[in-house]
Amino acid sequence: MSEVLFFLAAIAAITGAIAVVTLKNPFYAVLALVCHLVALAALFLLLRAEFVAAAQVVVYAGAVMVLYIFVVAYVGETEEIASGNALRFVGPLFAVALAVELCIALLGSALAGINSQGAPYKRGFGTPEQIGRLFLTDYLFVFEVASLLLLVAAVGAVVLARRRRGLDDEGSLARLIAEPRPAYTGTIAEGAGVRKVLQALKDADGGVIELAFPEDLEKDPVPTVPESSDADGEQA
Amino acid sequence: MTLGWYLAVSAIIFCIGVGGVLVRRNPLVILLCLELMLNAGNLALVTFARMHGGEAGQIFALIVMVVAACEVTVGLGLIVAISRRNLPVDVDKLHELNG
Repeated sequence: MSEVLFFLAAIAAITGAIAVVTLKNPFYAVLALVCHLVALAALFLLLRAEFVAAAQVVVYAGAVMVLYIFVVAYVGETEEIASGNALRFVGPLFAVALAVELCIALLGSALAGINSQGAPYKRGFGTPEQIGRLFLTDYLFVFEVASLLLLVAAVGAVVLARRRRGLDDEGSLARLIAEPRPAYTGTIAEGAGVRKVLQALKDADGGVIELAFPEDLEKDPVPTVPESSDADGEQA
Repeated sequence: MTLGWYLAVSAIIFCIGVGGVLVRRNPLVILLCLELMLNAGNLALVTFARMHGGEAGQIFALIVMVVAACEVTVGLGLIVAISRRNLPVDVDKLHELNG
């Protein structure tokens, strides 16, 4: 029974990995990685690592892959240009050479542990209770450092991915207004800035809230603020 | 089921990840291939934990998962920043630091 499960999970994992590498659409690649992660969780269960398997499914296949899906949807479809250099042919060759080398190392090592069934199963091996006890006793420092690392990564991601345009000068405001983007999207600062400008236009023009988009938006990188209600716009 | 099979699967997945990192040009897919390699390492760690009957390898695997999550967060933040600046999402064209 465990042999059948192992081969099913192993074939699913390797197929998923190959699909991640070969599929052109990044969205499908992410979905293939989800399949790969679930198959790998089954392998972890066969190795009696129950908590690791659960964490794999919940954290990886749940949270991290959702993050990937969001970013793929944000970046959009990017046509992949095949790299014209020699790496396109040397890369797979190198991977195959590495696989051969690892297989030689595995088969030729003749380590007693590799071709065994593993240590005799203890009761409670790999359960959340055992893992938690180890995390809070022997590996407490590692645990704390990991939590600190997660905090640093979260702050770093926010700093990296934030929009760097300020609302200091008039030019940036004009750019923000002329930017063709759906209403009520963007950061809070931008929303406040747009609303400020809308209020100013309203005060100046007697209640008309229509903004003009310059026709030559592509040609002019920094368009100016449209004067009044002489054209249509969707920025409400 | 001897444990060598698990190590063989781990080696194959790792090599697939290496090939993907070398061949693909989309940074998103390169991050996915890095995940493949980290997961292959995780599988090997859990196999060794089973081999020795101690949970230290599983602890190691969990920490690797945490580090992978951090790496993904920062990497995806970089990709979002790249696409916000209308730069090409292609590692062959992002070579300004190449000297």
